[in-house]
Amino acid sequence: MHRIPNPPLDLAHGRVDMSHGAGGRAMHQLLQQLFLPALGNPWLLQGDDGARLPEANGRLVMATDAHVVSPLFFPGGDIGSLAVHGTLNDVAVMGARPLYLAASFVLEEGLPLADLARIVRSMGDAAKAAGVPVVTGDTKVVERGKADGVFITTTGVGVMTGPLYLGGANAQPGDAVIISGTLGDHGAAILSVREGLALDSPIVSDSAALHGLIADLLAAVPTTRVLRDPTRGGLAATLNEIAHQSGVGMVLDEAALPVRPAVAALCELLGLDPLNLACEGRVVAICPAEEADTAVAALRAHPLGRDAAHIGSVAADARCFVQMRTRLGGQRMVDWLAGDALPRIC
Amino acid sequence: MRYIDAFRDGELARGLATAIARDADPARHYRLMEFCGGHTHAISRFGIADLLPSHIELIHGPGCPVCVLPVGRIDQAIRLALDHGVMLCSYGDTLRVPASDKLSLLRARAQGADVRMVTSPLGALALARQHPDRQVVFLAIGFETTTPPTAVALQQARALGVGNFSVLCNHVLTPAAMQAILTAEGGTRIDGFIGPAHVSTVIGSAAYEPVAREHGKPIVIAGFEPLDVMRAIQMLLQQINTGRAEVDNEFTRAVGPQGNTKARALVDEVFELRDSFEWRGLGTLPHSALRLRPAWAAFDAEQRFAAPYQPVPDHKACECAAIVRGEKRPEQCRIFGTACTPDHPVGSCMVSSEGACAAHYSYGRFRTAPAPHSTDSPHAPHSQPAA
Amino acid sequence: MCLAVPALVVELLPPDEAIVDLDGVRQRISLALVDGVAVGDHVIVHVGFALQKLDVDEAEATLALLRELAQTDAPTGSAAP
Repeated sequence: MHRIPNPPLDLAHGRVDMSHGAGGRAMHQLLQQLFLPALGNPWLLQGDDGARLPEANGRLVMATDAHVVSPLFFPGGDIGSLAVHGTLNDVAVMGARPLYLAASFVLEEGLPLADLARIVRSMGDAAKAAGVPVVTGDTKVVERGKADGVFITTTGVGVMTGPLYLGGANAQPGDAVIISGTLGDHGAAILSVREGLALDSPIVSDSAALHGLIADLLAAVPTTRVLRDPTRGGLAATLNEIAHQSGVGMVLDEAALPVRPAVAALCELLGLDPLNLACEGRVVAICPAEEADTAVAALRAHPLGRDAAHIGSVAADARCFVQMRTRLGGQRMVDWLAGDALPRIC
Repeated sequence: MRYIDAFRDGELARGLATAIARDADPARHYRLMEFCGGHTHAISRFGIADLLPSHIELIHGPGCPVCVLPVGRIDQAIRLALDHGVMLCSYGDTLRVPASDKLSLLRARAQGADVRMVTSPLGALALARQHPDRQVVFLAIGFETTTPPTAVALQQARALGVGNFSVLCNHVLTPAAMQAILTAEGGTRIDGFIGPAHVSTVIGSAAYEPVAREHGKPIVIAGFEPLDVMRAIQMLLQQINTGRAEVDNEFTRAVGPQGNTKARALVDEVFELRDSFEWRGLGTLPHSALRLRPAWAAFDAEQRFAAPYQPVPDHKACECAAIVRGEKRPEQCRIFGTACTPDHPVGSCMVSSEGACAAHYSYGRFRTAPAPHSTDSPHAPHSQPAA
Repeated sequence: MCLAVPALVVELLPPDEAIVDLDGVRQRISLALVDGVAVGDHVIVHVGFALQKLDVDEAEATLALLRELAQTDAPTGSAAP
């Protein structure tokens, strides 16, 4: 392969500048020395505008997500690994096996190259661990102040692995509602950094690629009706979305919700509810009631599903309310939030 | 979280519920008003009403400082930010309250005002020190729990010579509000009060005695957790059943007769009583709110800036006034859940999560929401699509 | 009223601050409003300030009373007819 000679990037002290997005030698240098070593795979290394991929053996599924998380680095991950996990999970909850990723970066002028290198390396590691390469990408640079360090958009393509149709409109009264693990870890991890709260042991984001876990679940319970990952807005938003799509209600059992004590404590201190905090490595599954135990067992057998729990059931309700039996024995609604969770002070 | 979880124990709650049902006279209808945004929230969040017999009615009173803040006071803050270019610092809930000209503090920020959310008055003071070239104003709201922190911030501002810091003071007083409820039309129909938890840690249980005495109503101070509230309800029933009207204290682990004398002394040093103050929903009440003392005028935003207070009537359809007095329930407001929701609140009872309307909407509207009008059957689940 | 939680004081930071701990989550707060706080005390925290010390003996006494009241055959002392 014809190599264009390049002076080495100053990864220790250098910063992104406008030339890195201009399509010229500086951008080429960035690609060769920073992106390719971390993400390298046959398609990327070809250096073409796009990736020519093998024929797919089945129905295609595609998903895309922009990632704008702040801070860029947090306990349990960073914007890079998050960008990989998030899109892989979107493909996986459709019942597809993720095959390829594309990634586009909007870099802010002034972003330290050391940070960018760390982020891209983290992406590469996450992609490698998941067995899904980043086959094509793009980089743009905008002036200082026009992006918060870096924005990353990832697009994933996968193939349906069987005659499954999973969709938010499938939930039926009587079905079991199951969550694969503890609630709100990612949202709490981000908040604890933002609020400067110190922690005995830090609250770690649950950011993870779930396609292996989901494959195990679908193998054990092929009649699973709905799969979704509760990201922004938390479990409350996800269940309300599904309730409206399916035209049903739900009833949860507060005592059954898995929440880490530190996350519960952080919520008490900041006046928040774990049901409204984002997860990035959890899946909600809705399946026929008689399969609930099998589903939970299948999830718990996987390292990412150790705290899986049967947390409630779908009910007939034309108003599409998600309700919860509180630990006190009373009843309340689990509504989705109006906007950002403004910490309750007064 | 020992001192949180223990007071949320489900088994104890069910036992208490049985005891309350036994104590409640089946021939009576009890109307109990709680006076603390934290209690409103706890009652809704845990569904305490479901554990009580139906003839015990829990009414949400004006215990939410965002809800009793008149629109005109928000307008004042917005004017300071938009017209005077100050850095306006505020607690979170206040940012979304709809004010005049279709503005709120958040919307004013979208228009270019420098509005910052803080979680403590010391946060606002820190911003003032970080930006010595800017005027920084802290929008101080809250009952007696929140006033001492503002006093500390002002004392620190003076000690450190932070000349660009000032406070727009909207601190209000609980006993005055209780008096207003009891003297308002329909006030006599309230049988007793669940006294606020954290206000009482500051002002002490003795502060309520004039109210109980003058109006012959029992007041039981309750802690923050659901078991505290249930026990306080039981204590109120017992007083009502025997015709007593005393101040009693369930929250003995944090409330004494004199409260926090150090905090009260600090407040007394900085603040004085206003002759009168307009409350949303309760009208203008005498000796019900605080302002900075003359010696602290240098830190009083109302004196530093020309932004006079203009009273603003509520939206015609808004029933916040009646709701805050306990006259109406949220679902009785014409626009509840339709024009007025947490997404687009018309009145302040819907903005703060401790407001009666927001609490009912977010936690309790399944009890009162009608079924949809449409006779279409719910969307049927898909069968497998053709390959 | 408003958001306030009881937390354990784990470290004092003179002159008037402390670190409190709630199940492993630590927050730095002001002690300007409460005197005589020691490590091991519980305080009620509101908007970044300790408002009052929690009397743990009273807390335990309240819990014991609640447990007693919650027994279905305990006398309630009520005057309901």
